[in-house]
Amino acid sequence: MTASTEAGVQFEAIHGNVRPILNEVMHAIDKLLDDDIPTTIDLSSLPFGPGELDKLEATLGTGELSAQLDALGSSRIRETTYPGVWWIEHRNVNDEVVGRYLEVTRLPEILSSQDADIMAGRARLEEQFEQD
Amino acid sequence: MKYTPTVGEILQAKGVSRRGFLKYCATTASLLALPPSMIPRIAAAIENARRPSVIWLSFQECTGCTESLTRSESPTVEGLIFDAISLDYHHTLQAASGDQAEAARHAAMEENYGSYLVLVDGSIPMGNPGFSTIAGISNHDMLMETVAGAAAVVSIGSCAAFGGIPAARPNPTGAVAVRDLVKDKPVVNIPGCPPIAMVMTAVLTQFLTFGELPKLDKHGRPVAFFGTTIHDRCYRRPFYEQGKFAETFDDEGAKAGWCLYKLGCRGPTTYNACATVKWNIGTSFPIQSGHPCLGCSEPDFWDKGGFYQPLSTGHFGSGAKLAGAAAAGVALGAVAAAAGRKRQSKYTKEA
Repeated sequence: MTASTEAGVQFEAIHGNVRPILNEVMHAIDKLLDDDIPTTIDLSSLPFGPGELDKLEATLGTGELSAQLDALGSSRIRETTYPGVWWIEHRNVNDEVVGRYLEVTRLPEILSSQDADIMAGRARLEEQFEQD
Repeated sequence: MKYTPTVGEILQAKGVSRRGFLKYCATTASLLALPPSMIPRIAAAIENARRPSVIWLSFQECTGCTESLTRSESPTVEGLIFDAISLDYHHTLQAASGDQAEAARHAAMEENYGSYLVLVDGSIPMGNPGFSTIAGISNHDMLMETVAGAAAVVSIGSCAAFGGIPAARPNPTGAVAVRDLVKDKPVVNIPGCPPIAMVMTAVLTQFLTFGELPKLDKHGRPVAFFGTTIHDRCYRRPFYEQGKFAETFDDEGAKAGWCLYKLGCRGPTTYNACATVKWNIGTSFPIQSGHPCLGCSEPDFWDKGGFYQPLSTGHFGSGAKLAGAAAAGVALGAVAAAAGRKRQSKYTKEA
């Protein structure tokens, strides 16, 4: 069990706020499999005692795929040991966490190349041809 | 009329990719406490939103609210929001002063009449107008003149929202809240001493994104952030349910992180988002640091009895209770006086 320091005192993650989220994840997996509907759980809106977020992260673990996005600061997107359950953490340019989510989906939308960026990239490639 | 760029254009000029924009929209949804399913709508709205003019007025206040906003190690999202508004008057932050500052306020009002936002921190003294003035103008006159052309008013902090500490008994300056004076404009209250920076930016973002103000509770506070009590979202609540309480600040219960209810915690009656949004870049909040919630986002929090008495002991908030307490006090006094007289007469006789 993980522990963290609060006012110099060691605490174990015993407040009971992790189990309900794991239950929610299980229901979200069923929804994805049965109805093909993805779910996003915004972890910043949920109460966590000292050490509980670490416990949740450790329980879900790290799966076989992870990616890093560099846009407005870095973002870490990785599949947990439970396929279809993704841990997404957005940071700003000062490396501070500005958003933390669990996405239950086949592939998080933010990993897909976006049409606007594809078109802008194509235009740059065309310019490159003209320069050469 | 000057051209105001859309937020989409501002982000594009900053070289933000579409993925970055999606990230921005996801964190904005989180900021507004909206479900992630709203992200596509937010994206469409933000892209075409234009930056609103903001006039910030500071009255009877300690500048803690401005400090909360500007010292909050603003995440990029909030930074972008502030790039996306035009802060045209803020006498603590702006370089101009005196006549030049007032000219900037008047210019912003004229150029954006009917569409600008007025943010206020601090209460307004209704006693002697000289209690608080800016450029020789009383707080009351400046407020009423400025809100005349505003689309909406946002009261930042407990002083602007409810009168706060200046209005605490005996309220020597006759301090009142913005809502006591502004009756013909929508007024959003964002109380707290100080308020959470993220809540302030969320209200601005909501206005920027959807052109409307958030849903409010009976005290004029955004429901998204003030819809549940601190107690509802407190990570120590399981201890409350189990009946495990700290009895003093240094007992075993306090060290074990048990519930602070018996030490006066106002979490059960205080509506705010501290327990989830937290402070100092999400590091902690008072209860996590071992101190009870003071209830600073509730009306008259300063006058609701001792901070370290449990809620269940009540407080002298009503006339009946006060009369009862006074009667008890008188009776106690009479007994004490009688005992004193008895002691005195004994000593007199002995002498």
